[in-house]
Amino acid sequence: MHPQRVVITGVGLTCPLGNDLPTFRNALLAGKSGVVKFPVRNMGEQAAGVSEFEKTKYQNRKEIRVGTRAGGIGIFCAHEALENAGLDLKDIDPSRIGVYLGITEHGNVETETEVCQLVDHYDEDVKYWTHHHNPRTVANNPAGEITVNLGLTGPHYTIGAACAAGNAGIIQGVQMLRLGECDQALAGGVSESIRAFGIFAGFKSQGALAAHDDPTQASRPFDTDRNGIVVSEGGCIYVLERLEDALLRNATIIAEILGYRINSDGTDYVLPNPERQEECIRQALTNAELDPSEVDLVSTHATSTPQGDEQECKAVRNVFGEDSSTLINNTKSFIGHSMGAAGAIELAGNLPSFEDGVAHATINLDNLDPNCHLPGLVINQPQEKKGGVNVILNNSFGMLGINSVLLLKKFKG
Amino acid sequence: MTKEKIKQIVLDIIAEIAPDEELTDVKPEVRLRDQLDLDSMDFLDIVMELRKQHGIDVPEAEYRELESLDSCANYLLPKFEAAAAA
Repeated sequence: MHPQRVVITGVGLTCPLGNDLPTFRNALLAGKSGVVKFPVRNMGEQAAGVSEFEKTKYQNRKEIRVGTRAGGIGIFCAHEALENAGLDLKDIDPSRIGVYLGITEHGNVETETEVCQLVDHYDEDVKYWTHHHNPRTVANNPAGEITVNLGLTGPHYTIGAACAAGNAGIIQGVQMLRLGECDQALAGGVSESIRAFGIFAGFKSQGALAAHDDPTQASRPFDTDRNGIVVSEGGCIYVLERLEDALLRNATIIAEILGYRINSDGTDYVLPNPERQEECIRQALTNAELDPSEVDLVSTHATSTPQGDEQECKAVRNVFGEDSSTLINNTKSFIGHSMGAAGAIELAGNLPSFEDGVAHATINLDNLDPNCHLPGLVINQPQEKKGGVNVILNNSFGMLGINSVLLLKKFKG
Repeated sequence: MTKEKIKQIVLDIIAEIAPDEELTDVKPEVRLRDQLDLDSMDFLDIVMELRKQHGIDVPEAEYRELESLDSCANYLLPKFEAAAAA
């Protein structure tokens, strides 16, 4: 028996290239980088992706003060997604909306800030430690803040899945809709990681933090001069619905989720495993009942690290071979690595290709690393896909060896 | 230190804690919670800011002394004077 069909009916996002999908898409097609220099505690200016959205659009100033940046990002994206889906909360049962957000980590920003204040100003006396610490740092915080802000009473939680979390949030939403746990899923991912120096310092100690005089060129997947990750913030939340429900209310259907897979390397804390990545891609294709030749566009995870990019390319090459008809791109080259939001944001940037048949490029690719050779790689300039784009495969991988693959199809009824 | 100055100090803290509130017509004799959108967590913030900004400690059993601007002034005046003399 085939599972119930699930579709995307709304998108809300904030990322370093804009706060709505058309703006983001236009910047991607224009080849514009969103990476800037950003002050990081203890580390000076670093290349980073910053999301500049109107914070008071959906929150009052007290909510912003009490809550977290990740929560604020989530609230902005959730409102935008519902509006984009044409859903008015007055007309729907708030107990039937589920919120499922992927996060790479949560609580680092708030904990660092509090520890630094305690050390710098209060002689480490814990009576100055804020009572807001626990509600700000509980792992469900970003999803929970959305429910508080919108008055939603259905299930909510976050899914910790390192940098595979954006896809994982969407997958969770699909599963909960199929189980009947909710009628609308607000699903995706968020990240506030640029506001924690520990994230940058950790990557630097690992030899995986990007460094470049020009921040717009710091994120350069597949290039011989790539030297690490550009950390970014942002969020992307989708409204997911069962197809029958979406049709019943005459919703605009943006895409259908065809299949997915999450698996584990089972090998290392940090190093990726191309065999398991390949296996994850193949299993997602099997789940979606697709042959690799039916995939028109692959959105790669590549983070601009020397080893990670090479490993993913190996996995993608093994699946898609020398067939250049499957186009391959990378969105981190434009906005850096938005961590728990990455999979969801990168997917969003590619969704308009269902309409215009164009794949945006991977930019900053001046000298292709031969080990990253991919026949269909879209280099520096957007490329039109012959026959249009009907199927997108979205890779998103993370530490501790978590791999996720999502397959989407242009909706044709 | 005067009671009027203490009322202003408390109002300044409330302005930080509840930035959406209109504070120009706060009645000193009326409970703060009856005229402003403040909850128990906000009062914990007021206590914390008194501690951080002015070195004033308010024991939990005495939180109710902060219910209005007048009660704040009466309760906090000796604490501010003691802090100034220390």
